[in-house]
This record gives sequence, C-alpha cells and structure tokens, in this order.
Amino acid sequence: MILLTRRATFSASHFYWNPAWTQERNEAVFGKCANRNSHGHNYTLEVTVTGAIDPVTGFVVDLKWLKDLMELKVLSVYDHRHLNHEVPEFANTIPTTENIAIAIWNRLEAPVAAAGTSKLSRIRVYETSDIFAEYRGEAAE
Amino acid sequence: MKAYFTRAYTLSASHRLHSDSLTAEQNRSTYGKCNNPFGHGHNYRIEVTVGGQVDPQTGMVINMATLDGVVRTQVLERFDHMNLNHDPLFANRVSTTENLTMAIFDLLATQLKPAILDTIRIEETENNFFEYSGKH
Repeated sequence: MILLTRRATFSASHFYWNPAWTQERNEAVFGKCANRNSHGHNYTLEVTVTGAIDPVTGFVVDLKWLKDLMELKVLSVYDHRHLNHEVPEFANTIPTTENIAIAIWNRLEAPVAAAGTSKLSRIRVYETSDIFAEYRGEAAE
Repeated sequence: MKAYFTRAYTLSASHRLHSDSLTAEQNRSTYGKCNNPFGHGHNYRIEVTVGGQVDPQTGMVINMATLDGVVRTQVLERFDHMNLNHDPLFANRVSTTENLTMAIFDLLATQLKPAILDTIRIEETENNFFEYSGKH
C-alpha cells in the first residue's frame, strides 16, 4: 500500500464554547480558548490518500487535482474565516482540532472516492507545530 | 467517532550507552561515541498521541491541560535535566531511545483514561526518531 500526502495551510480564528454550560464551566474546561473575542492559528492540513499506482503515469493521484480539490472543498471555506461564525459545520460543533480534522474528512471523502483512483486515508491538522489531531475515518469503538 | 490527538514536549537529559553484558571493547565497537565514559545529552522531542471518542460535550479526545499534567508528573519531572542512566528504569537496560520510548509508553499507558495512549514517538535528534505503540 502506498500513501500520498499533500500539505496546505490556512489561517482562521475560533473560540471554544459549549452553550449548554455556564461561563465559569467553559472557562474552567477550555481556559483561554474560551475567550469569546476569539484567537487564531496558522493551521497546517495534511491530506493523505491511498490507492493503486497508475502504470502509465506512475501516480496514485494527480497532485494538481488533489491541490485543486483541497482548495475548492476546504481552503476556500476555511482560510481567513472565523470557524465558529462562518463555517457551517461549526455552527453547533466546537471547532477543536479534533473536530476540524473530522469535518475536513467529511468534506473530502466523497469527492476523493468519486474520482475513482484513490481513497482518503488520513486527515491531519496541525494547530501549532506541537499540536495536531488526526482522523482516519474510524467510527467510535 | 475516533480521532487521535498529539502533543509534543521536550526534555533535556544525559545518557551513556553501555551494556554491562558486553566487554569494554565490545561496548566501544557497538555504541561508538555514545559509549564515551562521561556520557552526553540530547534535547528529546516527545510526541504523545492519544486516541479515543471525541467527547460531544467538549469536542475533544482529551483535555490538553489534563494530558499536560500527566506528562509533566510522569515524564518531565522524572527525566528532564536528569541523567537517564541513574533512573531505576535503566538500572538493567541500556538507555537507548528505543528503551526510553517504551519506558515512557509504559509510564503513561494507564494514566490517560478514558482516552487511550496510542503512540509515543521520540526524536533524539532531528534525524533519529523512535516510535512505540505498545505490545500488539
């Protein structure tokens, strides 16, 4: 099995807040991430696909196609946006790095599969160089 | 849904690669400059990956503050600015980064519930790294 990864970056703002909780509880659980004035990150996104190598081109997928798909489905929606206020999947879901990884998986899984040459293997989202979340399409245990 | 969360930590420690079951000559030929008698040190970069259900209340696999606290008490306070060879865990095993990776996995494995420790990855230098995901 061969894995192919394409990296991209986007910059976005967010805050962590559970509306079912009091302000005190939000601040206790989320710390400074609960500041309603928001903060932001330069996120790094890694999209990994797997598939057979085309014997003619030697490619699993055309990287330009993958770049364009990431731009269309993710970056054009997330980049320089406020995730809580401007990205629909975070209207009722806290935009933690874990949930961002799952949301990006959900945006890319079907169009990658539809292209027919590969399938999505892993989404990794770096919030900083020392923190990242990963989703491999696994359901809960 | 199951996701994985990774956080990196650094610690600085010294060690010397030396096996009591080898002769002085064998130690030198096996470990090279890592066997120099007074030891040497590294800035280790430790990546701790936990896996688990994303809590619908918090959107998190594990609260990073909880993870930070466990890693601090179990790992950083134990090893940072220490000589690894003097730690009881390395009394009978060589302080290679393979063994350090497995030792740190075992120190953290039971401490993170309900999240599950998935992998420990340690960079000894930017060109050498080691990874352990427990006994399979």
